[in-house]
Amino acid sequence: MIALLGPEASWYLGVAAFLFATGALGVLLRRNPLIVLLSLEIMLNGGNLALIGFARNLGDGGGQIFALAVMAVAASEVVVGLGLIVALNRKRVTLDVDRLNTLRG
Amino acid sequence: MLVASAGNVLVWAVWLVAAFACLGSGIAVVSFSNPFYSALALIGNLGSLAVLYLLLSAEFVAAAQVLVYAGAVMVMFLFVIAYIGPRSESPWMGGPSWQAVGAALAAGALFIEIVVVIGLKASGHLSHSEHVGAAFGSPAFVGRLFLTDHLLAFELTSIVLLVAAIGGVILGAHSRRNPDEVPSL
Repeated sequence: MIALLGPEASWYLGVAAFLFATGALGVLLRRNPLIVLLSLEIMLNGGNLALIGFARNLGDGGGQIFALAVMAVAASEVVVGLGLIVALNRKRVTLDVDRLNTLRG
Repeated sequence: MLVASAGNVLVWAVWLVAAFACLGSGIAVVSFSNPFYSALALIGNLGSLAVLYLLLSAEFVAAAQVLVYAGAVMVMFLFVIAYIGPRSESPWMGGPSWQAVGAALAAGALFIEIVVVIGLKASGHLSHSEHVGAAFGSPAFVGRLFLTDHLLAFELTSIVLLVAAIGGVILGAHSRRNPDEVPSL
């Protein structure tokens, strides 16, 4: 049986919370949709770190399974988001999330 | 006892380096004005997160993180950034300055909220972690859980990936039909 060496799980959760808040700041502050997507990745990774920290703390593998599912969802989100950005770029639309506020064909 | 405390100090040192690399590269992703540098900083962020996962004995998730995220997803990001090229018309941030202040306040409030909720709900069992077997987090362990307890999540994940692949193809392939069309968006 292996004990958890080093910092306790609460330190990991603090890092996870800080990562989530940093990603949220990027999503709210930045205008470039590419950087908004990158900030979303940071938020998802903060959630993943919290899941894995709790999985280790409770000795339950379910958190790791959920982290892998979040990873798959993040990959899907990147595919669709980058597809949208490429489609916008092809239509010569300004890449600025504040000006992308109408949905017309 | 001496060996255990030396190992503890070593783990603390690795944790400090990985955690500060993680936080610093996260801030760098948000603050770089060039999306190419942001994507490179995110690769550093994902790598240091993989070190943290290893410290939490999640070996398979750490390997998948490096392979899937830092490998596949970030390569896709870098390709799209290089394809779009430098676009000068997307500013770092626009709008009135109260928006920036509001965004910073909202992010700070979110951080405090998460810390308070975790402290209220989980502080009882965070101080002592369970002891786990040596197989915890290994590929065999994860695979057995996926195919027994979490089979539905496994199958649903494959459907999500299939739908995302179809969506990516549809979004990427529709433009050649009528090239004279006036951009309407």
